[in-house]
Amino acid sequence: MTVARAASSRRSFLGHSYNLVGVVASLVILAWTLVAIFAPYIIPHPIGDIVDDDYFGPMRQGLWLGSDYLGRDMLSRVLMGARYTVGISLAAVSIACFSGVVLGMIAAVTGGWFDTCLSRFLDAMNSIPSKLFGLVVVAAVGSSIPVLILTLAVIYIPGAYRFARALAVNINTMDFMTVARVRGESTIYLIGSEILPNIIRPVLADFGLRFVFIVLLLSGLSFLGLGLQPPLADWGALVRENIGGLPFAAPAVIVPSLAIASLTISVNLLIDNLPQKIRDRDA
Amino acid sequence: MTNLVEVRNLRIEATTDAGRLVEIIKGVSLDIADGEIVALIGESGSGKTTVALSLMGHARPGCRITGGEINVDGKNMAALTERERARLRGTDIAYVPQSAAAAFNPSSTIMEQVIEVTRIHGLMPPEQARKRAVELFRALSLPDPEGIGARYPHQVSGGQLQRLAAAMALIGDPKLVIFDEPTTALDVTTQIDVLKAFKSVMKAGGIAGVYVSHDLAVVAQIADRIVVLKGGEVQETGTTAEILSAAQHPYTRELLAAFEPKSRQIRADEDSRPKSLLRIDNLVAGYGPVKRDGQPVIRAVDSVSLVVEKGRNLGVIGESGCGKSTLARAIAGIHPAATGEIVFDGKALERAARKRTRDQLREMQIVFQYADTALNPAKPVEDIISRPLAFYHGLDRQARSKRVDELLDMVRLPRSLRYRHPSELSGGQKQRVNFARALAADPKLIICDEITSALDTVVASAVIELLKELQRELELSYIFISHDLSVVEAICDEIMVMYNGERVEQITPDKVKAPTHPYSKLLFSSVPKLDPTWLDGLVRDPELVRQYGHR
Amino acid sequence: MKSGVLNLVLKRLAVAIVTLLIVLFAVFFATSMLPGDTASILLGQAATPEAVAGLREAMHLNDPAILRFLRWLVGLLHGDLGTSYANEMPVAALIGGRFVNTMKLAGITTLISVPLALTLGITAAMLRGSVYDRTVTVLSIGVISVPEFMVATLAVLLFAVYLKWLPALSSVNEAHSLADLVRIYSMPVITLTFVISAQMIRMTRAAVIETLSTPYVEMALLKGASRSRMVLKHALPNALGPIVNAVALSLSYLVGGVIIVETIFNYPGIAKLMVDAVATRDLPLIQSCAMIFCLGYLLLITAADIVAIMSNPRLR
Repeated sequence: MTVARAASSRRSFLGHSYNLVGVVASLVILAWTLVAIFAPYIIPHPIGDIVDDDYFGPMRQGLWLGSDYLGRDMLSRVLMGARYTVGISLAAVSIACFSGVVLGMIAAVTGGWFDTCLSRFLDAMNSIPSKLFGLVVVAAVGSSIPVLILTLAVIYIPGAYRFARALAVNINTMDFMTVARVRGESTIYLIGSEILPNIIRPVLADFGLRFVFIVLLLSGLSFLGLGLQPPLADWGALVRENIGGLPFAAPAVIVPSLAIASLTISVNLLIDNLPQKIRDRDA
Repeated sequence: MTNLVEVRNLRIEATTDAGRLVEIIKGVSLDIADGEIVALIGESGSGKTTVALSLMGHARPGCRITGGEINVDGKNMAALTERERARLRGTDIAYVPQSAAAAFNPSSTIMEQVIEVTRIHGLMPPEQARKRAVELFRALSLPDPEGIGARYPHQVSGGQLQRLAAAMALIGDPKLVIFDEPTTALDVTTQIDVLKAFKSVMKAGGIAGVYVSHDLAVVAQIADRIVVLKGGEVQETGTTAEILSAAQHPYTRELLAAFEPKSRQIRADEDSRPKSLLRIDNLVAGYGPVKRDGQPVIRAVDSVSLVVEKGRNLGVIGESGCGKSTLARAIAGIHPAATGEIVFDGKALERAARKRTRDQLREMQIVFQYADTALNPAKPVEDIISRPLAFYHGLDRQARSKRVDELLDMVRLPRSLRYRHPSELSGGQKQRVNFARALAADPKLIICDEITSALDTVVASAVIELLKELQRELELSYIFISHDLSVVEAICDEIMVMYNGERVEQITPDKVKAPTHPYSKLLFSSVPKLDPTWLDGLVRDPELVRQYGHR
Repeated sequence: MKSGVLNLVLKRLAVAIVTLLIVLFAVFFATSMLPGDTASILLGQAATPEAVAGLREAMHLNDPAILRFLRWLVGLLHGDLGTSYANEMPVAALIGGRFVNTMKLAGITTLISVPLALTLGITAAMLRGSVYDRTVTVLSIGVISVPEFMVATLAVLLFAVYLKWLPALSSVNEAHSLADLVRIYSMPVITLTFVISAQMIRMTRAAVIETLSTPYVEMALLKGASRSRMVLKHALPNALGPIVNAVALSLSYLVGGVIIVETIFNYPGIAKLMVDAVATRDLPLIQSCAMIFCLGYLLLITAADIVAIMSNPRLR
């Protein structure tokens, strides 16, 4: 067989092929994750300390990202903001995807009234616009980290459920599912061993996408003053408190915006450029 | 230039998932004279459709014509610009697709699509085009030629759509028509009408054709010459008579050998009183809401009774929609029957698989047609085969591993295959793994639902041989569901013919030449023979066709 | 065949009504979860227990939730949206004018973004893989990936701070001429158009590309059809259902977008009203605003589904 390499920017490693955009995107995500974990140890100034005589100070030595509307160090505040934005979003997306995917697979396998009722109910929940849902809950019970995590998770469970159920329903029609059923297998075996391995890749991609949605929603809520409450501040809250610096294009308002964009764009790009398993063996 | 088509040293490359380039057509050359019909024959993956499409200068997405000449009517299709090719498509060269049902746009009427070629190329005013289309409908013996054009594609049967696709190809008066497996998806009784219609319009118009197929018997009826392809290379070329009587190439001979009647082993140890393994009485299964008397509204299987004896095989034959697959599913308990009794190995079985005991489930295994969907693509072969071993027999890891080796040996697969995933196996290998999984349960009865239908002829006959051997060794019984008479004939001791959910006749293979029920007569006489004169000589009782043919 | 369509449409409407009830209950339930007691919040910290108990009785707060929900529902049917806690005005009066303002904003945005997004999405699909397609794709991913407030702040930075073409804030009451109108609406409309078009472009492009890979489009190619004929005659009619859905789903992003945009530009619409109500915990007002948004969203999705059902040729 005549074999030639196609001209492309993909490289292969350990049976997977990568491309540059995907690698860069995953490095950005990795960097923000490390910052989120180690933020308290690497910030140059305590986030509450006023270190600049001026407010909305420019970038300069010692204050690498300038100062905010009270003269606090922006670098420290952005690094700590990563902790809240990434941490809350990750917790929420994990709860949402885990419950959504498990429920979706069970609904697909069992079918019947369980599937119908659950689907109908979650579809109805899905038709409440996400920001609105957030607003209503915050209005009712106030805003704290656990409430935010739970609210964000509840908002995105219907979507994760719908996505996983659609995939699982497709797998469920396959003959190997019928074979496993007439073998006498239990529901737990069916969803864990037959369905999950077949949908895990799209489910992970969906996890990433939902993570982006949650980051955006959390930032949006915080920007409206309904997310994280002072003195805590995630990136959305940082943009809100420094919005007064907009007319002078102060770094205090631009940097947190860029931080959000760098994270969400990277996740989106990574999903579009996931490493692909090389299937043909005779390569 | 003497020939209408002259292909010289054609090369086509495809890009794989990993971005590698693989040459799928490796220097093919062929000629087609004016008015001649040439068949391209070969198994799946041989490149026959790719070669046929290249005659229109078309390569499917991911493929690219990289070398050679494709001269059609003096023009090199490989060298033309896309715009120049478009000018020839539909007027000089036309295409009849494999699945007309998918090739018709669902949101536009049939007539609109049939005359579209004349609109695109400005051949004639629409009024005249419609008249011409109706003439073609009539020539292709379509029912209601005046009215059929006003319908939408989903309102017309598969056999009719296939003929309508031919009308769509012929409306531009092409010099060459490409038929891409146009009858593969059809039932045998329908296939005959479509083949006859194609043959008569092609001969009447003196149009040259390329007929792509994997079925030698079908090709024998319509082609003047045959080109045998394998692995992207021409293996052999010759007139139809030459190929059928004096094939040179080993691969061609294998193809022919698959048609020879199989020698049936006569059971010497014929037990005087065979014991019944499975008995079914008045089984009714169907779909839709259940009526007050417990019967479903749509009866797919209507009061069928049958007996399978120990160590013997029952074949169930019929055309699509006759209820044979539903019958298999009802027996296995996948689609529980509404009423009727199932007695297996002396004990009455519950109708639903969920209520049967684990041992009852183990002793009756079912193997499905498409190994692609019957094997979990996310698991390696050893996991697939060893699951029943753990589930039914509770074997530990070591014992399982040993047994997987034995099972792979049994189905004649190399042991090293156990680490592969299904996507890395060929069609025949997948079907063997599928079968090995059923064997792993140590069953008494295996229900085979069309297990050879998705396989190439040569591969299918090897699988049948394997089943026979295993039966001798393991004392199995099979229920063999198929639409293919030759397959059922080869392996079964009894053949049951189904039509419209009912059992119409049960006969032994030595009597298939002389069925008694009119439907069996029609069905058996519709199976194409290798003899090129078979189709022209075939006389069918029009009354029978009207009664049982799928329109 | 016709009755089949009618049946499906009726079924879809029934589903919409059930959904609406579930949603209304969810909204009602969420706002009833308020920690602490509505009555004591209303009366303030200095209230005597007797006064609180009296108010509870008067507001029927001691009744079971389902009864209060039904009472609220009956009130809604009579057009009674309740009374605002904050300034004791009827909610309907507070919402009235603001609702019109929001509808104006949404309407103008829809009129601009739908044709724009469809054109961009369809042309990108037709020229798949070209520089044009890649630019459109990258830009739409970019816009989808950033929060709405960032699009808005960028717009302010560009048009109000650097170019000084437009004012950063909108005040509808000052509109005296067409020029004023343009100046007032431009910023919010530009921002919203960006936000919802990006989603619509991506989904439209995907829907058209999917139909372009069907066998009947290949058949059209083999009949000698031009690229534009393949797209316009064969792909588009069959992609209609998914495209309508894409439009509806994207327009529903209007709800989220409007909340941010009205706040940033201080636009006197219903979303701004709601955000302010959240700050003062004015529950009847929040309930009513949330209900209006959910109703709008549901109407859009239902209408899209019905169009999709009717555009399915198999049901004709």
